Amino acid sequence: MDLEKFKVHGEPLIYGAMISIALATIGIIVGLTYFKKWGYLWREWLTTVDHKRIGVMYIIAALLMLFRGGVDALMMRLQTAAPEMKFLDAQHYNEVFTTHGLIMILFMAMPFIIGLMNVIIPLQIGARDVAFPRLNAISFWLFFMGAMLLNISFVVGGSPDAGWSAYFPLASIEFSPTVGNNYYSLALQISGIGTLMTGVNFIVTILKMRAPGMTLMKMPMFTWSVLITNIIIVFAFPVLTVALALMMFDRLFGSQFFTMANGGMDMLWANLFWVWGHPEVYIVILPAFGIYSEIIATFSKKNLYGYTSMVFSMVIISLLSFLVWAHHFYTMGQGVMVNSFFSITTMAIAVPTGVKIFNWLFTLRKGRISFTTPMLYTLAFIPIFTIGGVTGVMLAMASADYQYHNTMFLVAHFHYVLIPGAVFAVIAGFHYWFPKVFGFRLNDRIGKHAFWWIAISFNVTFFPMFFLGLMGMTRRMYTYSEESGFGPLNMLSFAGALGLAIGFVILVYNIYWSTRYAPRDTNGDPWDGRTLEWATHSPIPAYNFAVIPKVNSRDPYWESKQKNTPLYEDKITKIHLPNNTGKPFILGVIFFFLGFFLVFSMWIPAIVAGVGIIIMLAVMSFERDHGFYISAEEVAATEKKLRGETV
Amino acid sequence: MNKKGPLYALFLSLVLLLPGCSSLAVLNPKGPAARTLSDTIILSILVMMGVLAVVYILYVFVLVKYRAKKSNEGYIPEHEEGNKVLEAIWIIIPIIIVAFLSVVTVKSTHAVENVAEQYKDQDPLVIYASSSNWKWHFSYPEEGIETVNYVNIPVHRAVEFRLYSFGTITSFWIPQLAGQKYAMSDMLTELNLSADTVGSYMGRNSNFSGKGFAHMEFEALVMTGDEYNEWVQDVKANEPELTEDEFKGLLAAEHLGRKTYSSTHLTFSPPPGDHSEHMSGDGSEMNMENGNEDHQDNKDIHPSPEPSSQTEFDGEPNPELEEPLPSFPADESTHEGH
Repeated sequence: MDLEKFKVHGEPLIYGAMISIALATIGIIVGLTYFKKWGYLWREWLTTVDHKRIGVMYIIAALLMLFRGGVDALMMRLQTAAPEMKFLDAQHYNEVFTTHGLIMILFMAMPFIIGLMNVIIPLQIGARDVAFPRLNAISFWLFFMGAMLLNISFVVGGSPDAGWSAYFPLASIEFSPTVGNNYYSLALQISGIGTLMTGVNFIVTILKMRAPGMTLMKMPMFTWSVLITNIIIVFAFPVLTVALALMMFDRLFGSQFFTMANGGMDMLWANLFWVWGHPEVYIVILPAFGIYSEIIATFSKKNLYGYTSMVFSMVIISLLSFLVWAHHFYTMGQGVMVNSFFSITTMAIAVPTGVKIFNWLFTLRKGRISFTTPMLYTLAFIPIFTIGGVTGVMLAMASADYQYHNTMFLVAHFHYVLIPGAVFAVIAGFHYWFPKVFGFRLNDRIGKHAFWWIAISFNVTFFPMFFLGLMGMTRRMYTYSEESGFGPLNMLSFAGALGLAIGFVILVYNIYWSTRYAPRDTNGDPWDGRTLEWATHSPIPAYNFAVIPKVNSRDPYWESKQKNTPLYEDKITKIHLPNNTGKPFILGVIFFFLGFFLVFSMWIPAIVAGVGIIIMLAVMSFERDHGFYISAEEVAATEKKLRGETV
Repeated sequence: MNKKGPLYALFLSLVLLLPGCSSLAVLNPKGPAARTLSDTIILSILVMMGVLAVVYILYVFVLVKYRAKKSNEGYIPEHEEGNKVLEAIWIIIPIIIVAFLSVVTVKSTHAVENVAEQYKDQDPLVIYASSSNWKWHFSYPEEGIETVNYVNIPVHRAVEFRLYSFGTITSFWIPQLAGQKYAMSDMLTELNLSADTVGSYMGRNSNFSGKGFAHMEFEALVMTGDEYNEWVQDVKANEPELTEDEFKGLLAAEHLGRKTYSSTHLTFSPPPGDHSEHMSGDGSEMNMENGNEDHQDNKDIHPSPEPSSQTEFDGEPNPELEEPLPSFPADESTHEGH
């Protein structure tokens, strides 16, 4: 065993990261021991199969990753703030932008969205949990362990450094001999399997577990968006799984799928990656559209305009998302015909997306718009995302893309799509559904401060990049010369990045402040909501609904409040719930070690871990666990207590 | 409640776009291909400004008019299902816009993938541009010379770059002359450009290729025909030959300064075939005499008689016969375009 390859050398920043990781770990361990919370942590969180708690864990992990990815972003902006900066060297910069991309897309945006869907979807469709609660826990732990595996790469062995798209042959063992891209293939694989299982779980949940009366065309828009998203996941992620497996074979076992010699084909990797990669964009954008639809309807006090065309536009977007992958490499020399085809399919996506924008605007029209924090993010999304959208159409034009490709113009474009499209949406959804989960709202005044910092700084950071691209600055350059003239706009962009950081600090401070001082909600419906999740208590009881509601409109809770019709008709009966289990967590830990050992080609331990996984799967397959019942009396008592009546 | 960011952005773009094009290399073209692209980009920006304007006006109007205020307290908006006519309008108009832009795209893509109209009758100057680590090799098979990290081309002359890589995927880009194209190890790609102004232009690899990527630039120097001929003669007379050993050394180096040789590496290290060769299984090597080789290669890329051609490029038919260097336009004084 050669210990040298575990070490990462030279950089004071890396030693700093090592020390802070060590201190944080020690702090957590000491804290848990001091407050005697190990049992609590194990019983209530690590072994939970409750969709709400799993959702909360997803969101906590996503916030941590947002911090990590954000620090990466700040380091990149600082390094490029002025010509010939010496803050990071080339290798370190390459690792930082690679992990920034991977973390923000796969370990921040996706889990944040999956977290929100975990918390909200069963509530919105009037169900007691997802279809497969235990599978849900496995999904989470696989995602989490994949994320941790990628994160330790920074201090153990070195991070991937070939860009988040890891184009071959650059990512092959020949040009990237460190273990960084081994981490890439294994960390993404492990969390990708988790995501794939999430996809299956939520399709079944939404198709099979809706409350009586909720037909497909009566589902809330967020539920629709999540259904479509999960269908995309199920079709797109197997491609990633296969591509990553081939990558692993190339890097660990000497196969030649994507290498330069023996008929390996680098272009094949690019195709496989983007056949997954482009739908992936819609996996994070479509649920965002769903979140915005809910928030706009709630805060303009109107039903969603053009519901049917909203649904169909999402279906069309999801179909088109599989037909546009080659627009990521128009410059690969496919010729005019192929490029024209992909240009047209790509531009076609603008049509259904435009339909959505106009439907939102017409939902607002004749409404009564109140500017709460979640609504501000939603309203900021429309104009900013539209810039992202129209520049997307510009990039879709193959000829013009010969000039935009690989430049900062592209970087500006996709941040204009993903930040208002996905990040604003999850922040908006976070503020919107926070009181549902925790029973109190985040402070509106502090929230608005954070919003203005974030919204304005975002534009200051990314708008200059359009011009940098047209000036000829390519992405992923760790430095540039004075004469290039890129300096001033990059400095402006760095200033914007600092503003964004301030905004996020205020946002986090708001969570702290509101936890201590915000008044507690009593009725579970702080925003005067329209859909079923507001019809139950906050915080939500373990069984979600004491009685499954009956649905006969698209905004059932709103209808019942307006017309004073009852939502619940049945009597309270005993409720069946699944038991907690520690096995998903243990499985995740073994997967982590399997990944780690494979990264370093430590075959014997890897085989042991692999056998461990098979044993775990066998044990879980043959286990009989029928769950437990909460008696009708206990449910009634809980309900009374939650209503604030004394038992 | 209108957002200051986007409005500021709109303003900034107007200010910077119209007069300030000179610092924006992409919008300051010095050749027909780049000019086509620049025109396409400006056209698309104008169309998109129109789209933005519609959305922003509607947005501001709705937010101002329907915001919650004291006077409409207690107002509960009516249920509104949607409107078939309105929804049809915002489906059909975008389709028209997209259709228009599609036509523009197909036309301009076709234009820049081929030799520019005004240079169509010329026999193009073929230059092989290959990348290794973080440097560029330029081989002139007809002239029998090779350079590293700089390329000289004559003005008003169709130039056909044939791109490939000795390693990672790179992207060959001279923003003021033409859009970029990938250089890859297993396939030859082709980039047509010509310059109509004498001058020095920045060229670089735009596709991330590892540690030395940021510095992977080269100079594209456009000179008059006479100057170019003089330079070629000078190189042939005074520079050393590129031996196989010397070339191995070049490939192994990470970065290099400028180098000049009076022979090319193509003779002993042939470029990859284009796709048609892969398909037909005919991996014929092209290491023959320079002039002949060019001819041969052209046939591979544009096989004119065989209908079964797998060609990736629908280029114009090249002259079949090898001619002496085509004559340059007599007028060499067009330093500042036309």
